[in-house]
Amino acid sequence: MEQPNLNYLYKLSQGDTDFESQLIDVLKKEFPLEKEQFINSIESEEMIDAAEIVHKLKHKFSILGLEKGYELAVNYENNLRNNNKSLTSEFNNVLNNISNFLNNL
Amino acid sequence: MMKCLIIDDDATARLIINQFCSNDNRLEVVEQFPSAIEGMKYLNQVDDVDLIFLDIHMPNFSGFDFIQTLKNPPKIILTTSDKNFAIEAFEYDCVIDYLVKPIELPRFQKAIEKASKVTVKKNVVTVAKEDESKDDLYVNIDRRLVKIGLASIYLIEAKGDYILIKTDTKNYTVHSTMKKIENKLPANLFLKVHRSFIINTNEIIDIEDNSVLIRKDVVPVSRSNRTELMTRLNLL
Repeated sequence: MEQPNLNYLYKLSQGDTDFESQLIDVLKKEFPLEKEQFINSIESEEMIDAAEIVHKLKHKFSILGLEKGYELAVNYENNLRNNNKSLTSEFNNVLNNISNFLNNL
Repeated sequence: MMKCLIIDDDATARLIINQFCSNDNRLEVVEQFPSAIEGMKYLNQVDDVDLIFLDIHMPNFSGFDFIQTLKNPPKIILTTSDKNFAIEAFEYDCVIDYLVKPIELPRFQKAIEKASKVTVKKNVVTVAKEDESKDDLYVNIDRRLVKIGLASIYLIEAKGDYILIKTDTKNYTVHSTMKKIENKLPANLFLKVHRSFIINTNEIIDIEDNSVLIRKDVVPVSRSNRTELMTRLNLL
């Protein structure tokens, strides 16, 4: 499975470690909240709300270098807007993978 | 140096754009907001913002909604995770460039080069401005020109080939069109909220989703005019 990485972050920071810490802090703070919002939306069948959160999450996927994950999120967001949650399991796998990665930073 | 605003509901996006800006001596970030509504409130108070980095996809009020509320928009660089909005984006004269997230530094720098060179044509409401200094409106009623104090008008309603002008003291039915009278009213005081209604914004009592209460009249607000109405309000 595709693994998250910090290559984009390092490219952006150009050695600015303060910026690196700030961005990691924001990711660690926001990601669990958005993941929880997403799970709640799916559980309550609020597809449009879920799609909105997937939209926000997919930017984080791209920051963490998850190219395939990003494509999955694009398709999943579109599906949710059409009331189709067939990619939920795959999307959850990516979320759990990111959680593990962020927890170990 | 260009004074910049960053409007994006995603904190990581704001942080990244701010980082790019702080490494570019042509740019100074003066404020950052997580919503377009907050950005609107700020722009109502200042007039020295040169460039806005604007996310398109935000809950409740999109970047495009935001642009439509601006009378004299500064230069705008749209930032988005969607590639699908590019055509719509360039329908706005103020949009200089369109950056797809995750934004890469060379692409950001290219956008800033463009922003440095481009001059945005400002929209000017000429007719309304000319009339802003005038306090009265003369209307033709039974071959007489009757003077109506503009400040006394609280509501104008279309009635077929006529318009009904409601004032503090009297109502006037005049053979004219909404378009003609709209052009004679000061734009800072009056607002068309529906194709059949123009309101005096000083007379607003309250606003619900699709209507506004003007004195005792409940006036419908069309979806396309709601954004402009919201920008007029001194929202807390």
